Amino acid sequence: MLPIWRLLLVLSAVVLAACGNGQTTTTVTLTGSSTIGPVMTEVARRYEAVNPTIRVDVQTGGSSRGIQDARTGLADIGMSSRALKPAEAEGANQHILARDGVAFLLHASNPVDNLSDDQLRDIYLGRISNWQQVGGKDAPITAISRANGRSELNIFQDYFGVTERQIKPDLIAGENQQGIKLVAGNPDAIIYMSIGTAETDQQAGVPIKLLPLAGVPASSQTVADGSFPMSRVLILVTADALTPAAKNLLDYALSPAVHDLIEAQAFVPAR
Amino acid sequence: MPASASWLDPDRLLTGGLRLCAAFSAALLILVVIFLLLQAGPVLDAIGPWRLFADDGWFPADTAAAGQFSIVALLAGSGAVAFGATVLAAPLAIASAVFCRFVAPPRIGQLFRRMLEVLAGVPSVVFGFWGLVVLVPLINRWQPPGASVLAGALVLGLMILPTIALLADSALRSVPRATLSAAAALGLSRWRTALQVALPAARGGVVTGIILGVARAIGETMAVLMVCGNVVQVPASVFEPVRTLTANIALEMAYAYGDHRSALFLTGLVLTLLVIALVLVAELGRGANARRTAHG
Repeated sequence: MLPIWRLLLVLSAVVLAACGNGQTTTTVTLTGSSTIGPVMTEVARRYEAVNPTIRVDVQTGGSSRGIQDARTGLADIGMSSRALKPAEAEGANQHILARDGVAFLLHASNPVDNLSDDQLRDIYLGRISNWQQVGGKDAPITAISRANGRSELNIFQDYFGVTERQIKPDLIAGENQQGIKLVAGNPDAIIYMSIGTAETDQQAGVPIKLLPLAGVPASSQTVADGSFPMSRVLILVTADALTPAAKNLLDYALSPAVHDLIEAQAFVPAR
Repeated sequence: MPASASWLDPDRLLTGGLRLCAAFSAALLILVVIFLLLQAGPVLDAIGPWRLFADDGWFPADTAAAGQFSIVALLAGSGAVAFGATVLAAPLAIASAVFCRFVAPPRIGQLFRRMLEVLAGVPSVVFGFWGLVVLVPLINRWQPPGASVLAGALVLGLMILPTIALLADSALRSVPRATLSAAAALGLSRWRTALQVALPAARGGVVTGIILGVARAIGETMAVLMVCGNVVQVPASVFEPVRTLTANIALEMAYAYGDHRSALFLTGLVLTLLVIALVLVAELGRGANARRTAHG
C-alpha cells in the first residue's frame, strides 16, 4: 500500500499548487445555453489573453437558467438561444450576439428545387417516402435527422411543432461534416443544417444545394437580416447593474473582433 | 554512509519503481469504475436498473421523470455490429494466421506479419472516414440508406482482423515443436497438420484472440458513429441503421445535462462491465487451454 500513499501525496501537492494560484484576478461568470457556450468559451479565451487579470467562467445549463441567473445576479451575463418571454424580459437587457439559421440540404443532382413546409414535415414524419411524391424521380427518400441535444434539432422541432418521438428519420448525423458527407454521397438524401456550414462547403465545391424555405432563399444574408424563417437569435442577457469587467467583456463579445469565432461555429454575427 | 547506500541500491529502486507503476496501472481501472459509478449514481437512484430495459425507447431528458432511458436498442446495435464484424473477420484472420505459419515461406510470412501489425495500428477514424465516403454510398446504391449494420460490421471487421490474426498467429507459434514433429512423423500433409493438429492445440489462444477482437469491436466509437446511421432501433435486417452504446455517448455527451448526462455515464459503465466480462472469459479460455496443453 505504501506506493499508493506516495502517489496520493504527489497528486494532492499538484492540486494544492493549482488552487493557490490566481487570487488577484476578477471573475466574470456566464451561464445558460449550451448552443452559445462553446462560442463564448472561445471569445473568453481570446479575451483572457488580452486581459490577464480577468478570468471568465462559462457554464452551460440551458437558456432558462441563463436568463434567470442574469436577472437574479447569480451570473454576470446570461446566454439564451431563444427569444425571452415577456415576464423574463422585464428588467433584463438583451444583446443580440448572433443568429443561427437552419436550412434543408439536398444533393446537387436532385431535381427537386422547392419543398413546402407541409411536404418537409411529412418527409420527416415518414408520411412521404419517395421523391416522386414531391415532383422528383422515383427513388426512396433518405431523411437524415440530428442527434438529441443539437441546436439544429431544437430549431427543427420548434419550427415544425413536432416532438423527437414523432420524427421517423432514416439516419441520424452527429457533426455537420458527417451530415455533409452523407448527403454528398447519397443523391436521394435530405438533411437540415446550420446555413453557415452548408454555404462554406457548397462554395468549396461539395455537390449540395440549399432549399429555400417558405419562399425565402437560404443564405447568410437572409439569416442576418432576420427574414429566414427557420432561425433563432443567440442573445446575451444582462441586468442593469454590471461590473466594469463584465461590461468590458460584453462590449468585446459584441465587437467585430470576435466575428471570426462566431462564424467558426457556423453562426451569423449580428450586424 | 551505509544507510543511504542501501536506499540507493539500484535493485531496490527498480523494485520500488516497478511496484509504483504497477499499482498506478491497476488503480486506473478501479478509479475508472468508481468514477463511472459516482457519475451514474443520480440516475441509478432515480430510475433503478430495471428501467434501462423496461422503458419505452431512448428519449433522454434532463430529469429522470421526463425521459425514457431504455438501452435495449443500443445494446442490440452494439451486439449486432460486433457479432457481424466477428463473423466476417474471424475466418479470414485464422486463415491468415495458418497461411503465415504453415504455408508461406518464412520471409513472406514475416513480411505478412509486419503488414498485419501496421494494419492493427491504423487509426480507427481512417477506417471510419473510408467507410463514410466509399462504403456507405456503395451500399446505398444497392440497399438504401447505406449507413447500416452491414457497413459497421465491414468496417469493424477490417479493424479487428489484424488483432485476431496476430493473436492466432502467436497461439499457433506456441504449439510445441514435438507435436508438429509427431504429425510430420505420421506422414500428415501440411494441410492436415495445420487444420487437425496445430489449430486444435492452439484453440485456447485463437478463442482468446477472437474474444479480444469482439471487445475491441464493442468499444470502437468513431468508425461506427460514421457508418452505422445512428437511428435508435433494434435492427430488422443488416441494411437497417443502428446506434451503438459508444456512438450514443459520443453523439450526446456534448449536449447532455442532469440525469441525461448521468445516464450516459451509466451506459459507459455497462460498456466497461461488458468488456471486463469478455476479457475474463478470454482469460478463462486461456487458462483451460494451458492446463490441457500441460496434461497433453
